[in-house]
Amino acid sequence: MTPPAPNPIVTFRHVTKLYTNVPGVTDLSFEWPAHRIIGVIGPNGGGKSTILKLASGLLHPTSGEVLVDGVPQNGRIRPEVAFLPDSDALYPFYTVAEMTAFCGGVFPAFDTARARALVDFLELSPNTRVGALSKGGKERLKLALTLARPASLVLLDEPLSGLDPLVRESIVRGLLSFLDLEHQTIVLATHEVADVEPVLDEVVLVHRGRIQGAASVEAIHAHGYRKGLVGWMAEAIGG
Amino acid sequence: MDEPFSPTKPIYLQLMERIEKAIVRGDLAPGGKLPSVRETALAYGVNPNTAQRVYAELERQAIVETRRGHGTFVTEDADRLAALRRSLLKDAITAFVDGLTEMGVSSSEIVHALARHLADGHHTLEGGTDDHDPARP
Repeated sequence: MTPPAPNPIVTFRHVTKLYTNVPGVTDLSFEWPAHRIIGVIGPNGGGKSTILKLASGLLHPTSGEVLVDGVPQNGRIRPEVAFLPDSDALYPFYTVAEMTAFCGGVFPAFDTARARALVDFLELSPNTRVGALSKGGKERLKLALTLARPASLVLLDEPLSGLDPLVRESIVRGLLSFLDLEHQTIVLATHEVADVEPVLDEVVLVHRGRIQGAASVEAIHAHGYRKGLVGWMAEAIGG
Repeated sequence: MDEPFSPTKPIYLQLMERIEKAIVRGDLAPGGKLPSVRETALAYGVNPNTAQRVYAELERQAIVETRRGHGTFVTEDADRLAALRRSLLKDAITAFVDGLTEMGVSSSEIVHALARHLADGHHTLEGGTDDHDPARP
């Protein structure tokens, strides 16, 4: 039984975000149900990252309104929202353990014991210097630090991008082991859908700053697109 | 992780089939305890909501039963398990025959070819090569 969808965890109302030089997103209105794993998918540069940053409160819309759990985002860090950025947000001079302790001091309700369990599960060594970690190691550490926060909304921006298959699998397993869908909603932006196809409840296709389609993955599979999600995407984009 | 799921059929149906096969094979014995929803989600690399849905559907079909606070167990109802076995057998045969019919093979040819194949020993009674057992996390 899929948990019921009561109030949406994220609501966008006519949200536009314009940048000076790069395209943003235009007039987005949608709701995301709570207690799901939602994939924000689409080609690079289409606006996926912007949507996640708007939902996180790190970006403020040029116009329109973003609500998380019914409360407008106003630029303040909220303990109920955790964001894993695409960029490198780690300090190279810390060890894994020091980086964890640092996050424990910065984020309210950061669960240090949970962070240690995640670090262990993801096979990171606490004494390794962050600067000495491989790209896959850094991504795993970022995931550990993000999931260590008991946030009701977890936003993961391209957590699998540029990683080898074994690391991607390790990250998906880490996510499945530590998420708690009774209390959490996971939003995952990715341009590589095959790895996450079996874990997504729903997908939102973003292309050229607009939502080109939204559907439950089950409906997409039942429809019988030849390549599943990729086939659906291709048809929705018209490629 | 297990063999990947096909993207052309709902994953909950595919996962249900795999668990039903494990039950019919005896990897999950009558009265045996199934792994938790979370363990199943992790073992197969699927969304916990999907695993939850599979358990609910298996329960609705009286193949498993959930005892509050104890977990989910394979039914001990021998009739129900025999019916499950018949139904999986029927599905497999239907798919097999449909495939051959599509190739233009006649019913009598199918029967003869199958009898010959079995007589040649191209089968094993202990066909259990599947070591990805969901019952043993």
